Parts: sequence; C-alpha cells; structure tokens
Amino acid sequence: MPKWGLTMKEGTVVEWLVEEGADISRGDELVEVESEKINNAVEATSSGILRRRVAKEGDVLPVGDLLAVIADASVPDSDIDAFVEEFQSSFVPEEEEAGGPAPEMVEIGGRSIQYLAMGEGGTPLILIPGYGGDINIFVFNQETLSQDRAVYALDMPGHGGSEKDVGDGSLDFFAGVVDGFMDEMGIEKAHLAGHSMGGAIASAFALDHPGKVASLTLLASAGFGEEINSEYIEGFIAANRRKEMKAALQMLFADPDLVTRDLVNDILAYKRKDGVNEALRTVADAVFADGRQARVIDASKLGVPILAVWGDNDKIVPADHAKNLPSEAKVETIENKGHMVQMEAAGPTNRAVSEFLGGVE
Amino acid sequence: MARTITYMQAINEAMAQEMERDPTVIVFGEDNVGGTGSPGEIDAWGGVMGVTKGLHGKFPNQIMDTPISESAFIGAAAGAACTGLRPIAELMFVDFMGVCFDQIFNQAAKFKYMFGGKAKTPMVIRTMYGAGIRAASQHSQTLYPIFTHIPGLKVVVPSNPYDAKGLMIAAIRDDDPVIFLENKVQYAEEGEVPEESYTIPFGEADIVREGDDVTIVAIGRMVNMAKEAAESLSGDGIECEIIDPRTLSPLDDETIFESVENTGRLVVVDESNPRCSIASDIVASVSQNCFGDLKAAPQMVTAPHVPPPFSGILEDLYVPDAERVAAAVKATTGAGATA
Repeated sequence: MPKWGLTMKEGTVVEWLVEEGADISRGDELVEVESEKINNAVEATSSGILRRRVAKEGDVLPVGDLLAVIADASVPDSDIDAFVEEFQSSFVPEEEEAGGPAPEMVEIGGRSIQYLAMGEGGTPLILIPGYGGDINIFVFNQETLSQDRAVYALDMPGHGGSEKDVGDGSLDFFAGVVDGFMDEMGIEKAHLAGHSMGGAIASAFALDHPGKVASLTLLASAGFGEEINSEYIEGFIAANRRKEMKAALQMLFADPDLVTRDLVNDILAYKRKDGVNEALRTVADAVFADGRQARVIDASKLGVPILAVWGDNDKIVPADHAKNLPSEAKVETIENKGHMVQMEAAGPTNRAVSEFLGGVE
Repeated sequence: MARTITYMQAINEAMAQEMERDPTVIVFGEDNVGGTGSPGEIDAWGGVMGVTKGLHGKFPNQIMDTPISESAFIGAAAGAACTGLRPIAELMFVDFMGVCFDQIFNQAAKFKYMFGGKAKTPMVIRTMYGAGIRAASQHSQTLYPIFTHIPGLKVVVPSNPYDAKGLMIAAIRDDDPVIFLENKVQYAEEGEVPEESYTIPFGEADIVREGDDVTIVAIGRMVNMAKEAAESLSGDGIECEIIDPRTLSPLDDETIFESVENTGRLVVVDESNPRCSIASDIVASVSQNCFGDLKAAPQMVTAPHVPPPFSGILEDLYVPDAERVAAAVKATTGAGATA
C-alpha cells in the first residue's frame, strides 16, 4: 500500500485492474486504491507475473501492507505462500508522525511562504502549483522525483499555507517569489516544473533569468495560448459550499469520481480563510482578465530544454497549446486524462519527468 | 502540520481576532473583567468557564462586566446592535435564558421584520448547554429547540474546535441575532484549527462520515457519540453516514434528504428532551419529504422527558451514548430490537 501524501495512513482497495497470472511490466496499473483525498491506480514497481492478489477488494489496509506478489514464473507456489505468510506475520504498520518531511516556512520579500522539501543533491527541482492549487497537488510526484535530486514544492502567495497578499497578482510577481526562494535557499540553478498557471510562472521566470533555469517542465501549462476555461476560474472563486466546489473541481479531472469529499473539504477550508477570495480575484483579474490569458509567453525566447505533459481531455487549458512550444520541446500527451494530469496519470508523468531531467543533465 | 487547540481556545481566538479586526465588536457578560489585578489573579477570570480569558488584557475598551441581570444585559446587547455595534453577550448557562425571553424572542428576533428589513441586529448570544458535569437540572439542559422555533433567530451548535472558530467568526459578522451554543463538556476537546481567520457558512451541514446503509443526523456533542457508534457498526458491516447540521437555523435539510434518499434509513441523535426537539423536527420533515425512500421507521435518540438529574449515575444514563445510537441504527436495519 503506497503512501500518497503526508497524512495518508491507510487506503481502501477499490478494484483490481489485472488478473492473477497476468504478465506485468514495471509501471503497469495493478489496482485502484482510494485514500482519504483521492483515488489512484497503484503501479507495478517491478516486472514479472502477478502471482497473488493478496489484498481483496474492499479491504482497508495500512500504508506499507502487502497488496500483491509479482514474481517470475519459475518461483514455486510454495515460495510465494511462504513469502506472504512471512510478510503478514511480521508486518507492523508504521507509527504515526514518524518524523517524515513536513512543510516549512521561509520569509521572502516580507511574506511568509510555505514549502515542502524532499530529497537531496543534484540540480534541484522546484515544483510550482497553479491557480488555487498548493503543494498537495504534487502528492503523487514529489517523493518519486526526489529519489534523484532535491525537490522543493512551493505554495505561492495567496495559496496553501503561504501569506495571502498577492501584490499585483501578475506572473512577474510570482516569478519574483520563485527568484526570492532560490536566493533564500542558495540555489543558483534549478529545474522548474509548473502546473497550469505555475507553468506560466516558471516560463516567465525563465525569460527573466535564463541562467538560473536548467530546464522547464510544463504540466498542463498556462501561458502558451489565450484560451482558458473562465467558467472554472469564476466557479472556483464563487464556490463557498460543498456542491459548488465539487462541481468546479470535477472540471479538473477527466474522471469526475476522483474528487472525494475530503478533497472538497480541504479546498473549502482554504477558500474560507480571510483574504483568500480577494487574493484569487486579484490574480484572476491580472492573469485571466476577461476570460483570456492576459500574457502569452514567447516560447521561442525561452532557450532552455522543455518538456510538456498534457492530458488530452484537459478542460481548463487546451492540450493543443503545446503546438505553440518550440519544435525541439518534448511533448507527452496522455490519453483520457484531464487538467490534473500529474495526479490522474502520476506514473506516466513521473516517468516522463525523470527521463527528461536525466537527459538534460 | 496543523496546529491543535481546544474547543474553548478556538472560540476565544475567534472573538479575539474579530475584536482586533473590527473595533465595533464588543464582549460583555459576567466575570469577563472581574478579578483583574486581585491578589494572585493578574488576568480576569474570563466568564464562568474562562472562555473569554485574556480578552480584557488585549481589548480593555471592548469588554465589560455586567450585573447578574440577564434581562438587562441581553436587552442591552439588542440595543447596542441597533446602534451599529456588534455585541457578543455571554449568558453563562442556556438554562437562564428564561429571564430574558422577551428581549430575545419578541425584540431582537423581530426588529428586522417589524422595520421592513431596514433594521440590522448583529448580536451574538454565547451560552453553554448540555449535561455531564454534575451541575444539576438548572445548569445542564439542551434548549436549542426553543430558539430554533423562533423565526428571526439563527441557531448555531458547533460540534468540534474547527467548526467552533469558523462558525463564531461567521456569527459575529452576521447581521442577524445568533444564538451560539457551546457544549460545556467539550471545552477541553482538541482539534486542528488554522491560525488564520476563516468563516463557515450557515446552513451547510458537514458530512462527517460517508456510508450507504443508515443516515445518522447528530447535533453538537452527539456527533462524537455517532462517530463512536459508526465505528463499531462498521465492524458489523453496517456503514453509517453521519451528518452534522452545524446550524439548526438555517437547517440544511437538502443534505439530509439526499442522504436519506440514498440510505433509506434515518436516526437522529439529539441531547434535547424528546418532545418538540430537533430530532422530532428532522424526523417529521424527512417523513414528509422522503416517505417513498424510507425502508424503516426513523428513530430518535434523545434524553428522556425529564430534567437532567443531579445524581451522577442517572445523569450518565440521561445523555445519549454510542451504545444507544448503535441500537437505534440496528432497529432501522432489522438487526436488533426497536430502540
């Protein structure tokens, strides 16, 4: 049972996606699991034959418990049985608050900014959430990506646990926060990955500071065309009740069932804080004025390696904005996934990003 | 991660943040200031249970003591609200509300209506309800149904520290009279509460737990009893959906109806006495609106129709507990005898 996010303690096995005896490759989706926040598919961590589906549909299992056994065809059944028995007799769920990574605060330009750091070394990667989003949108990505390097996820002003004042709310304002963060952390050069408006922020930053950017990863990125779903932007600002918020959030996913009660409650708890709606209004007026993206980045001037990942069912920023990127940019379009492509297709997104960053270095 | 504070601290913080933000927010009641500077006591006592402790030191010009005269100071709150202030009056125990009924029911609740919608009455009456601390009949009742009966009053019953803060800030900013009922047994209960100010809108129930078998509507402290019952019932294969209305006026009946349409079974847990209670109100409204969806007779889990006893043994039997909730749930599923 994987751990998705800092607060996950257990997950519910919803549905097996493959039969026992199936030939499995690393990265194949095995089983759908529901955590408090969101449903996701668990991917195979190694290749082989799916010898045992240990967890049954409907089981609620602690993080770290055994879901399935994958082994070569040559391993005798008795060995598989012995392994399962051994695991189950010795498995102890991890105690709460085992001192895992926790968000920290840093002062940038007079504003307190929340960030989450994972991993060490390499050229660091900075994750920038989009409009209304916070570090939790990278819950399926940050830990995996931090196996190769230090990865920082940032709450932009007005978002998540950061201060609510958003200045003039422009892309340049947010790019300035990224700059301040890098200075504060002593990072001279970083890979930047931004989701949605976060991609536009990363790109605006790259235009101003080409020497500080090793590469750009654009996840369902804004900034490369005028279209934006203003029904979503306005719906998100207006939503103060569960139903309205659920309807708004469902636009973000190709599969609307992924929006759970806890996800809705978490976003409402953020939205109901003093100053948040004003901040969101200011940003929307600056970045998405009159239902259009106010600023389209001149992609030809970026001059850094670019990876773009899009779900082809993105209802917020059209996937065909990728055509406005330079021809040398690598573009991954993932079928039947929506705007939150890094959540809905976490495995493929993580693999594309890891491979891209590895290739750049 | 998130900060943990008590139900009492959450209410105190909500008042402090609003007094800081808006100087027209004022607090008064008994012992809010009294005791300040007396031997061994630097701070004020902070009301009968200490909920307003610390406010006098921070906002000496926005807090005052009143005589032990509920009819006078609740009337003063209604008058102050008419002048444009936002008073928060602390009326120790809801059981004492009887001496100031006219000020609440026939004055404050009616101003907006009588003056054609032109008058605003932004006042909050904070008060304690509930049995469980051996304080006997005159300090232990659960009287929110009486206020819910009166049009023109808003009635708020937070079940946890997070809601207590958000609902208190919403109550202070609301332009109508709000009766804010705090459960005295829950003051020490802890929960995650953001440091920032936030509001929770009135009239939106919280779905505390999702389940497809039985809908439990629980009010205030009874949400804890419902959660405990739901955990044990889950072991028996019965999945309960728990709905916390958070505000009784306005009441989010839509969320309750939708849940009952799905489960077909209803249990209401209410610490009030059973006749003309919130339990009887919700059962009636569900019976009228969701009759075709019901698979079993709705059940009420309430206190008996007697005053809260002083005897500790009897008082413990008086307050609904998880066992009684579970029995009522089983009565709706046919898994047990009728409660």
